[in-house]
Amino acid sequence: MNRCAVIGIGQTKHAQKRADVSIAGLVREAALAALADAELTFSDIDAVVIGKAPDTFEGVMMPELYLATALGAVGKPMMRVHTAGSVGGSTALVAAHLVQAGVHQRVLTVAFEKQSESEAMWALSPKFPFQPPLLAGAGGYFAPIIRAYMMRSDAPSDVGLQVAVKDRLSALKNPYAHLQMSDITLEMVRNSPMLWDPIRYLETCPSSDGACAMILGDDQAAKRALRPPAWIRGGAMRSEPTMFSGRNLVDPQAGRDCAADLYRQAGITNPRREIDVAEIYVPFSWFEPMWLENLGFAERNQGWRLTMDGTTALNGDLPINPSGGVMATNPIGASGMLRFAEAALQVRGLAGDHQIDGARIAMGHAFGGGSQFFAMWIVGSEPN
Amino acid sequence: MSDAVKLFKAPIRLEYTIPAGRATSRFCRGLASGRLYGQRCPECKKVNVPPRGACPTCGVPTEEEVLLPDSGTITTFCIINIAFAAQALELPYACASILLDGADSTLFHLIQEVPVAEIRMGMRVRAVWAENKLASLEAIRHFKPTGEPDALASIEGHF
Repeated sequence: MNRCAVIGIGQTKHAQKRADVSIAGLVREAALAALADAELTFSDIDAVVIGKAPDTFEGVMMPELYLATALGAVGKPMMRVHTAGSVGGSTALVAAHLVQAGVHQRVLTVAFEKQSESEAMWALSPKFPFQPPLLAGAGGYFAPIIRAYMMRSDAPSDVGLQVAVKDRLSALKNPYAHLQMSDITLEMVRNSPMLWDPIRYLETCPSSDGACAMILGDDQAAKRALRPPAWIRGGAMRSEPTMFSGRNLVDPQAGRDCAADLYRQAGITNPRREIDVAEIYVPFSWFEPMWLENLGFAERNQGWRLTMDGTTALNGDLPINPSGGVMATNPIGASGMLRFAEAALQVRGLAGDHQIDGARIAMGHAFGGGSQFFAMWIVGSEPN
Repeated sequence: MSDAVKLFKAPIRLEYTIPAGRATSRFCRGLASGRLYGQRCPECKKVNVPPRGACPTCGVPTEEEVLLPDSGTITTFCIINIAFAAQALELPYACASILLDGADSTLFHLIQEVPVAEIRMGMRVRAVWAENKLASLEAIRHFKPTGEPDALASIEGHF
């Protein structure tokens, strides 16, 4: 397998509604920023790999069909990836595979969502055949899982509040982040409406318009890059069925298997010590401790301790989501790629005000569907 | 650009005809007659409900039907307080994963006839059937508490 590195990163200013741009304008904004970062133009790109979540999120069927011109893909290979909420991560990995396989030298990968054009809560609450109409958005699906985690871990009830505040405060250091809540406090989160008991309003992610783009290149392209590359040291994807006997939704097997494969590729035996910073997909604040366990950063039922003792804070020993994460910015299809891109920014030393000093190994993580799809990568300032 | 065209309306209506397949058809016919059927996997012996005709874990066909009681235990639940488009129920309402007695997978359904604040993990519940039973899980209107002692131990490993 050939080496692959991130040589350019771009993202839009994320907002509740980007009324100033169309979908094409949104993805182009991110793509042009990535090209500028890499000091390249569309003519340097061999192929485009694009991802987004379900089409009902904008009400535009197969939007990739009309985005070829906006992304400079005319006359080049272009393909779309779809794995629900993990799609931003899967899309980056599919693009990386094209470089690692030696098919292309430089690939532009883009992920987006323009959620203001439709209503995600409606889109995620379809009537399923032979079932009563019980679905109530992502919160309705994930709230029982969070309740199960709270029960089995015996975590203090304010863990979710802590993550909700921490991530919004980190987002203040990220000029691209959607939510900029300088006045946020634990009390404010605690007093916000209980939407899907046990999940409060401020313990959920926002609904955003935004896009993210990366230029992935081979060894030669990375050598020619003017700014430091982020080397891909491992990448893995896994899936599991929606329903089966004994399914562990708090700690999904597919997530554990995906992380194990990832660490094997990257030569990581102790993720808690060897990974400097991680951007993980936390759509509801309680998912931080849950994923810390699933990813092997903490023992089962102990992940919340890392949240509560400040380990996962911006100035902690294992900063989680220094960009503000999904809790501050959630254009669903792009959210996974933003995790991957933010991890890469950290090891390139280009994360700006939310840069973690000395970050050399970083993780990007995404999950999607009913915790069915997982996509992860490890990037480093040096290749394997 | 105050005169810009910002929106056009293109209402879309989709009507589906879904052939349920053998396993789901048998399950739905059972519901229409007030019975809940699961299927046991010949390899792992787990009983899945609703049955899919194959075991999602072992990938082998499941033929053996198991008649299940309409009682079970709440493994976990949420209370929905948020209004949204296409919402069908009055707020607040509670939905729960229910482990039917004798089954190894959980069903998701409504819990009613109890104040939402009193619903607990481990609570024992029983189905309340509709008078006119559709060939669907809508044949069950909701589940309600049985009043039996909680059975937290029985839901271990099911969430």
